[in-house]
This record gives sequence, C-alpha cells and structure tokens, in this order.
Amino acid sequence: MALKDITLGQYFPGHSLVHRLDPRTKILAVVLYIVALFLAGSLVTYAILFGVLALSVGISTVPVRSLVRGMKPVVFILIFTAVLNLFYTPGEHVLFHVWILTVTLEGVFNAFFMVIRILMLIAGTFLLTYTTSPILLTDGLESLLGPLKKIKVPIHELAMMMSIALRFIPTLIEETDKIMSAQRARGADFESGNLLQRAKALIPLLVPLFISAFRRADELAVAMECRCYHGGEGRTRLRQLKYEGRDWAVLVFFLAVTVLVGVMGHFGY
Amino acid sequence: MKAILETRKLSHIYSAGTPFERGALVDVDFAAYPGEYLGIIGHTGSGKSTLIQHLNGLLKPTSGQVLFQGTDIWSDKKTTRRTRFQVGLVFQYPEYQLFEETVYKDISFGPKNMGLDEKEIDRRVRAAAYFVGLRDDQLNQSPFELSGGQKRRVAIAGVIAMEPKVLILDEPTAGLDPVGVESILSNIRDYQRAQNATIILVSHSMEEMARTADRLIVVNDGKIALEGPPSQVFRHGPELENMGLGVPQMTRVFNRLRAMGVDVPESVYTIQQAKQAILEALAAKKKGVE
Repeated sequence: MALKDITLGQYFPGHSLVHRLDPRTKILAVVLYIVALFLAGSLVTYAILFGVLALSVGISTVPVRSLVRGMKPVVFILIFTAVLNLFYTPGEHVLFHVWILTVTLEGVFNAFFMVIRILMLIAGTFLLTYTTSPILLTDGLESLLGPLKKIKVPIHELAMMMSIALRFIPTLIEETDKIMSAQRARGADFESGNLLQRAKALIPLLVPLFISAFRRADELAVAMECRCYHGGEGRTRLRQLKYEGRDWAVLVFFLAVTVLVGVMGHFGY
Repeated sequence: MKAILETRKLSHIYSAGTPFERGALVDVDFAAYPGEYLGIIGHTGSGKSTLIQHLNGLLKPTSGQVLFQGTDIWSDKKTTRRTRFQVGLVFQYPEYQLFEETVYKDISFGPKNMGLDEKEIDRRVRAAAYFVGLRDDQLNQSPFELSGGQKRRVAIAGVIAMEPKVLILDEPTAGLDPVGVESILSNIRDYQRAQNATIILVSHSMEEMARTADRLIVVNDGKIALEGPPSQVFRHGPELENMGLGVPQMTRVFNRLRAMGVDVPESVYTIQQAKQAILEALAAKKKGVE
C-alpha cells in the first residue's frame, strides 16, 4: 500500500555518533546549519556546507537512499521555485527571450542555488529526525524552550502535545489504510469521479477515522490520568539530558562553519 | 467439483524494491468450493490476512492469478469491481468502519454502490438486518448509539446486504462474549444455508473451527502448510504447535487419555464427539467387566 511507504519524520534506530548526541546539540546544530545555508551565496560556501552535510550523513550511517526517498513529496515545490527564479530574476546577462519571459544568467544561477539550498535544508532536517527519536526530540525542544516558561508559555504542555501527535501519525496512517480497505470491500471508489464526487467519497473514510481518533484520545487521557499525570509541575525525568564533551565539540564546529560562511559571504565569496 | 474461488501460484511482496521488502505469500494454490464452510487458521503474520485481501481484489498479486468462477479477477476493471460485490469481505473489528447517520443507511452503502434500484436495496437491507438479528426499530437508530456487539452485527449486515456468493470473515467473533459468539456463528450458518453461499472464516479459536468448518486450511510463513477436514488437520498436533497454533482442548484431553492407555478414538475435537467417545469407552469397559 502506498500509504505505508510515507517516511514522515521517521526514526531510524542506530548507535552512531550522530544518534548518541544530545538532542539539543542536534537541534542547535541544524539551526546553525540552516542559518549558514541562507548566508551562503557562492559555489565555495555551498561546497563547504555540502561537505558538512555529507560528513554528518556518513557518520550517521543513515542510508542515502532513504534521505532521497523522503524528498519526493517536495519535487513540486522545487520545480515551482526553480521556474519562478529562472524567469523573474532581473539581470544584465540576458540569455534568451521566450514570449514575454526573459531568462538571464543571474536567473539560472539563482534557480540553481535555490534548489540546492532547499534540498540541503531538507536533507539536514531529515537527518535530525532520522537519528533522533520523537521522544528525545521533544525532550530537547522542551529543554531549549524552557526559559519561555518564565513568561507563562506552557512549554511542557506543548511538548507533550507534540510528542503525542508524532506518536500517533503511524497509527493513524495504518487506521486509514484499514478503513479504506473495508470501504472498498463494500464497493467504495476513492479513485474516480470529479472533484465533488471524490470529496463525497471521503465521507465513509473520514467519519470512522475521526471517531476512532477521538476514541483513542479519550483512552489515552484515561490511561495517563491512571498514572497520575497532571502536567509538567514537579515532574522528574527518566532520561536526563546531559551535555558531554562531544556535544560541545559539535556545537563549536557548527558555530565555526556558520561564522566562516557568514564572513566569506560578507567579503563576497 | 469446480472451485468457485481459487488462486494459482499467488505471490505477494510488500514494499517491493525497498529495504523493507518482505514476501508475505509464496506460490499459494488455494481453492474454495461452492457451498462449503472453509476455515483458515494461522498465527499473526502468517499471511492469512494478505491471502483473504487478494480473494476479493483489494490487493493485487505480485505474481500469479486469482480466479473467481473461472475468470481472472484482474482481467479488466469491471471484473475486479464485480468481484468485490460477489466476494464479500468482513474485516476484523468491522464496527470501526460504520459512518452513516442511521443503521439502515449504513447497511445500504454496499447495495447502493452496486447500482441497484430503491426497491431492491430496501429488500436487501431488511433481509440482511434479519439475518444478523437486528430489530426493525433499530434500523432508524444511529449506529453509534448501539452496543459493541450490535455495531458488529450492523457491519456484518453491511456486507451480507450485497448478497455475495462467497462471504469471507476475518475473526468475526473476536472480543465478543460467549452468547455473542454463538449468535454470530449461527447467523453466518443461516446465511450459508439460505444463499447456498461459500463461507471462509479466519479464526484463532481451534474450538470454533472444530465446530463450524467443513474443511481447514493452515497458513504458515506465506504458504499453505496443512489442508483437509478438521479431523485430519488436528491429527498434526505437534506440527500445529510448532507453527504457534494448537489443537482444540478436547483433542488435547483425548490425546492425553490415549497416552495414559485408555482406548479412545483419535479424532475427537468437539464436545459432542467427546461425549460420544466417553460413553462408548464406558460401555466397552462395562462389557469387559461382565
């Protein structure tokens, strides 16, 4: 079934250095990496960042094929961006005219770099979710956003909601698959007809899906209350997050790369 | 006799071409005959669910054929769609597929998709409701107001209303109380007799299988491991246990008795037969004493 092949923030268990890093380190590293990507503007700086990405992927032992497979859904956005950049970048070196559109050398460069930038951005964030379990990821986020609690932002509740949502994505996909099969066995047709007919055909799928989601939410709430869950106040953790030497090393490395790329960009490289 | 539904060298591979590739069925030759009550057993992950989803064209074989009344169900789109109505499939926990405002509307979903006229739909909905023991006044209720067992009846009626020639049920009695189990099993029997339909029942319960099925098929590791009437299949006790299955409790008791040297027949698998066998053994003993 096609639905099962979706790899949305899927976690690939492993024991590589990347897997063992503190989640906060990885989140910060990805943020620095993204900042660097937007500062980069030349072949040299992109090459440096690509080297950093390739090194991280290599250490992580995540198969490159899975990374590439995860990018399929954004192909449309990529093409869209590339076309827009190609035709709407004003410049001096005009290559050719098509109808009312003008293609410039700058446009070609812009389109090329934009696509590379988006691809590398996605690859970097995918590496984060591929090597960090959703639970650790939300733990890391909760810890990083902790200071916001002082201004009454319910960080713990948000983190809990996020981890529950992530946890239920595969369950809901499986459920959708099951209900779809059951309705197709009764002659439901999800694939043909015009837009209105197709939207109508979704009712036998969506109603049971929503009902079961509510049922699950209810059961989960009861199960959590049975174990005396009452929010973040005074809650201790099973897994304490601790920075180690390698975390500092990775952070310093990424900070250095970002500064380097920024400085090089400033001087026009 | 000619098979109504059969598969030839049916194989299915999940996620073909990815690292998660997994063969679920390997060269399965399966046949079901008109009017028979066929049981399929196999532990979780043996491939039995994959097999039954091929029988009405929900899954497309990776290789091999599925034939309904002699025609390949994938020969054209129309045939595939027609097979879905002729081979009814009731999934596990079917009560989670209900969606309509009233029981009546939900049961009529299948017949409506078949393109039948209003009068025929009405007849079928009422007939199906009757089969599963729903009262007339329940037809206008919301299915979500009913109890779990009642919901399951509605869902089964939704498939029966298509009046399929072959009715496949995946664990229709899972999670029901003993009374519910009995009444669902007898509803299925009634349907088989009234329509002269073929029933294919998937179950974990050896007792249930021993009592209901004419013939059993044991699926293991994507292959048909054993096949035959219950009396024959249940003779392979150790093999069944190796597959993570077992034999009915009665058979276990009688195997133990035989091991202790009591002269009882080998193929005992229901309480009825057990009663008979014990009475005979006692009679023989009495005779011996006299």
